Amino acid sequence: MVDMTNVARRPIFAGRQTTAPNASVTVAPPASRLSLRAPAESVAGLSSVLGLDLPTQPKTSASSGSRHALWLGPDEWLVIDEAGADLAALIKPVAAFHSAVDVSHRNAAFVVSGKGAATAINAGCPQDLSLAAFPVGAASRTILHKVEIVLYRTGEDAFRVECWRSFADYAFTFLTEAARDA
Amino acid sequence: MLLIRCPYCEEERPELEFRHAGEAHIARSAEMSELSDDEFEKFLFIRQNPKGLIFERWRHVHGCGRFFNAARDTVSDKFHLTYKAGEPRPDITLMAPSGPSAWANRDPAELNVNTPDRDKGA
Repeated sequence: MVDMTNVARRPIFAGRQTTAPNASVTVAPPASRLSLRAPAESVAGLSSVLGLDLPTQPKTSASSGSRHALWLGPDEWLVIDEAGADLAALIKPVAAFHSAVDVSHRNAAFVVSGKGAATAINAGCPQDLSLAAFPVGAASRTILHKVEIVLYRTGEDAFRVECWRSFADYAFTFLTEAARDA
Repeated sequence: MLLIRCPYCEEERPELEFRHAGEAHIARSAEMSELSDDEFEKFLFIRQNPKGLIFERWRHVHGCGRFFNAARDTVSDKFHLTYKAGEPRPDITLMAPSGPSAWANRDPAELNVNTPDRDKGA
């Protein structure tokens, strides 16, 4: 029998962080996440339940308090709630056609900040991260060297990098090296 | 690095976000079971492989995830244009393909689809 007193959820990389002169990498606290797919007709109904307007323009996002909806594709969004609300339960009553999968524990997230944040991410991400091309609030699925990430610009010098949990070790190590060079 | 315009993201993105997905505009027959072996071979295997302008499917796999079509020059690697999946093939004469080689831009029916001798008696 498993001794349940020893079973505790250990957040990935809890407490680990890298601080370099120009950029720092920290592990974002656990959050709930929803992979949401829906046709254009369902967007209004889902938006009202989520309390924010799901973005319909490429590379954009919408935020309301601790909840963010990132545009990933023409019918696909990643909804993140940093407060940990049960997004799947929230969406359940919506009758409009949609697909919602709770991926809270599939992803890990890192926060890259500092004046060298864009330079650090550009070490592995080929996108143009200048403020003109990737303004605050912009979000996109892209790649970081060998792993797929979702990149979300939360401030001029701050990014949230979402990657799959099994790639988190690679992504964190890569960002650490990149931050030291930034 | 090549920049490829994704018609769904409405901007040019680095080529690392994309995957090639074969020749475009290959229609699957509505009556697959009635195709002869030769016709099925043409549908499944025979591709134009031109030197010059080619219409291809590409997928923005590390982006919006969508398949789209592109007109690309296989000599210069230049993307002439990209357009959404399902849209008709754009007019080829609007583009300037590089010079054709002896085997370029032939209809699949003119390519190597002869039945091997060993199958003719069957």
